[in-house]
Amino acid sequence: MNQTTTSQTQELVTATPSFAMLRTLSLVAGLSGLLVVLAYQITLPLIEENKRIAIERALFKVIPGAVSRRNFMVTGQGIVPANDSTGEGTLIYAGYDEQGRLSGVALEAAAQGYQDVIRLLYSFDPACQCIRGIQVLKMAETPGIGDKISKDPVFQENFVELDARLKADGSALTNEIIMVKHATKTEPWQIDAISGATISSRAVARMLNDSAQRMVPKIMADLDRLQDGGGEKQ
Amino acid sequence: MAADSLVFIFLNAAIINNFVLALFLGICPFLGVSAKRDTAWHMGLAVIFVMLVSSVSAYAINWLLVRFDIQFLRLICYIAVIASAVQLVEMAMKKFSPALFRALGIFLPLITTNCAILGVALFQTFREYNFLQCLAFSLGAGVGFTLALTLMAGLRERLELANVPNVSQGAALTLMLAGLLSLAFMGFAGLGGQHA
Amino acid sequence: MSLPNQEEKITADTFLRGLWEENPVFVMLLGMCPVLAVTNSAINALAMGLATTFVLLCSSCLVSLFRKLIPKQVRIATYIVIIATFVTIVDYSIQAISLDLYNALGAFIQLIVVNCMILGRAEAYASKQRLSATVVNGLGMGAGFTIALLCLGGVREILGAGSLFGFPLFAENFQPWVVMILPPGGFFVLGGWLLLFNWYRQRRERKLMEQQGASAHGS
Repeated sequence: MNQTTTSQTQELVTATPSFAMLRTLSLVAGLSGLLVVLAYQITLPLIEENKRIAIERALFKVIPGAVSRRNFMVTGQGIVPANDSTGEGTLIYAGYDEQGRLSGVALEAAAQGYQDVIRLLYSFDPACQCIRGIQVLKMAETPGIGDKISKDPVFQENFVELDARLKADGSALTNEIIMVKHATKTEPWQIDAISGATISSRAVARMLNDSAQRMVPKIMADLDRLQDGGGEKQ
Repeated sequence: MAADSLVFIFLNAAIINNFVLALFLGICPFLGVSAKRDTAWHMGLAVIFVMLVSSVSAYAINWLLVRFDIQFLRLICYIAVIASAVQLVEMAMKKFSPALFRALGIFLPLITTNCAILGVALFQTFREYNFLQCLAFSLGAGVGFTLALTLMAGLRERLELANVPNVSQGAALTLMLAGLLSLAFMGFAGLGGQHA
Repeated sequence: MSLPNQEEKITADTFLRGLWEENPVFVMLLGMCPVLAVTNSAINALAMGLATTFVLLCSSCLVSLFRKLIPKQVRIATYIVIIATFVTIVDYSIQAISLDLYNALGAFIQLIVVNCMILGRAEAYASKQRLSATVVNGLGMGAGFTIALLCLGGVREILGAGSLFGFPLFAENFQPWVVMILPPGGFFVLGGWLLLFNWYRQRRERKLMEQQGASAHGS
C-alpha cells in the first residue's frame, strides 16, 4: 500500500513541472516587462532633458555669442528644418544671438585618432567663412598627451578663426585644412600640431577638412534658409 | 586603411583595442583558464565560435527591436539570445562532432557569463555596424581574446618552473603579467592612424 | 560559516562575511571586468559599486521571495531575466541622473548583468534563504564589492591624476603617473592589492598556527 502511494506522489511531483515551468517563466517575463516599461516611461523625459542640456552646453560654447538654436538637416535637396525632415541627411545646429541673427552653424565631425575614434563639435561662421571653435565630445586619447587637443589653450587658438573659405564656384574649400608641425604655422588654414601628439592633432585636422569640404558648400548655398529661422527657441 | 574598412575593424578588435588587455572584457576566464596552453587554446576556439553566433543573432534581434521600436528590451533579449545560442551550440556540437564537444564541452556553459560575448553584442550595436562589419568585429574580438589567453598561458607555464614568491602566487602574479602584456599591446595604438 | 542548505539565522557575520572573508573581489575573484575597467577614478568606482549593489539587492530579494515558486530546471533562465530587468532599470536611472557619469561608465553598466557575483549569489544563497537574511547578506556583499572598487579607484586616481573624487591633492607641479589610469595600471594596482591581501592572510594564518603550536606545547 505504501509503495503505491509513494509512486503516485512521485508521479504527481514529476507531472507538474511543465506547467510550473511555464507559469514561472511567464510570470517572470510579465513582471520583468512591466518593470522595464515603467522605468523607461518614467525616465524618458528626464533623459531627453539631460541630452538637450548637454547639447546646448557644447553648442553655446562653440558658437560665440549664440543664445538660442534651431536644428536643421542637410539633405540631398538642401537644408530643411529638422522637424520637417524624414531623418535622412546630416544634422546641423544653427545658433542665433539675442537679435535673432545667425551667429554660426555647428556640426559634428569624427575620425580615428590615436587610440580610438575622436568626435567633436565645431562651429562655422558664414560671415567670415571660417571655423570659430571646436569642442571635443568624445575621445579615448592618452591622458596628458593626446587629450591635450581638448585642454591645451595654444592648440585651441588654431580655431579662433580657421580659414574655410570657399572657391569662387562654391564647390570646395579654397585651401585644404591641414596639420603642420608644431610652431610652423604660416597660413590661416593650417592647424599647428601639439608637440608629441601628432596623430591626435592630425585626426582633428583630417576630420575638420573632410567635414568642411562636404558641408560648407551646402551650408553657403542654402544660407538664407538658416537665417530666417532666427528668434525662435528650439 | 579606411577607418571603417573590414580589415581595420578586425585589427582594431584583435590588437589595437584588444578585448581583454585594453577593454577589460573576459577577465574571469582570462584569469581562470590561462594556466595551460592547451586549455587556453580550446577555450579561445570555443569563444570565437560563440562570438560569431551571438554577433549574428544580436544583429538580427536589434534589427527586430528597432523595427518595432522596443529598444528598452535590448539587454534582456541579448542575454537571453546568448544563453540560448550557447545551449544550442552545445547540443549541436554534441550531436554532430562529439570529438570537438569533448575537447571544448566543459567551457561552453562558462561562456554564457563571459562579459566579452555580451560586450561584442553591445559594442557592435553602439557603433551601428552593418552585417559584414559585425562579422569582422566579432571575429577580431574572438581572435584577440584567444591571442591574449594563449600568450598568458605560455607565460604561466614557464613561470611554474620559476622561483616565485609565495605571496604573489596565483591571481596576483597573473594580474601583474597581464599588466605587462597590456603595456606591450599599447604599442599597437596608432596602427590605424592615417598617413595623410 | 553556515551550511548553505539550512535556513540561516541572521548574525553580524551574515553582513561582515561579504566585507572580508568572502569579499567578492579580493577573495572570490568574481566580477573582475568592471573592477578593472571603471576604476580609473574614485567617483566612477563608487557609482559602479552602488549600481551593482542595487542590482544585487533587488534581484536577490525577488529570487528569495519567489524561491519556492521557481522550478529547478528553469532557475538559471529566471535569475538571468530578473537580473537583466534590474540592470536595464539601473541603466535608465543613471542616464536620467547624470549623462556625464553614464558616458564615463559606458557599456559596463549593462555588463553588470554578466557579473558572476550576482548570478552566483542568487544561485548559492538567495534561492535557499529567506528574505531578511538575503537582504543582509546582499548588503554585505555589495559593501565589500564597493569597498574593493574604491580601494582600486582611489589608488589609481591619486597616482594617475593627482586627485581624489575630483579634488586635486597635490600642487601644480605634480607629474601624474599616467599609466595608472590606463589599462595596464588597472592590472598592476589590482595585482598589488591582491598581493597585500595574500601577505596579510598568510601572516594571520602563520600567527594562528604558532599560537596553536604554543598552546599544544604549553598544555
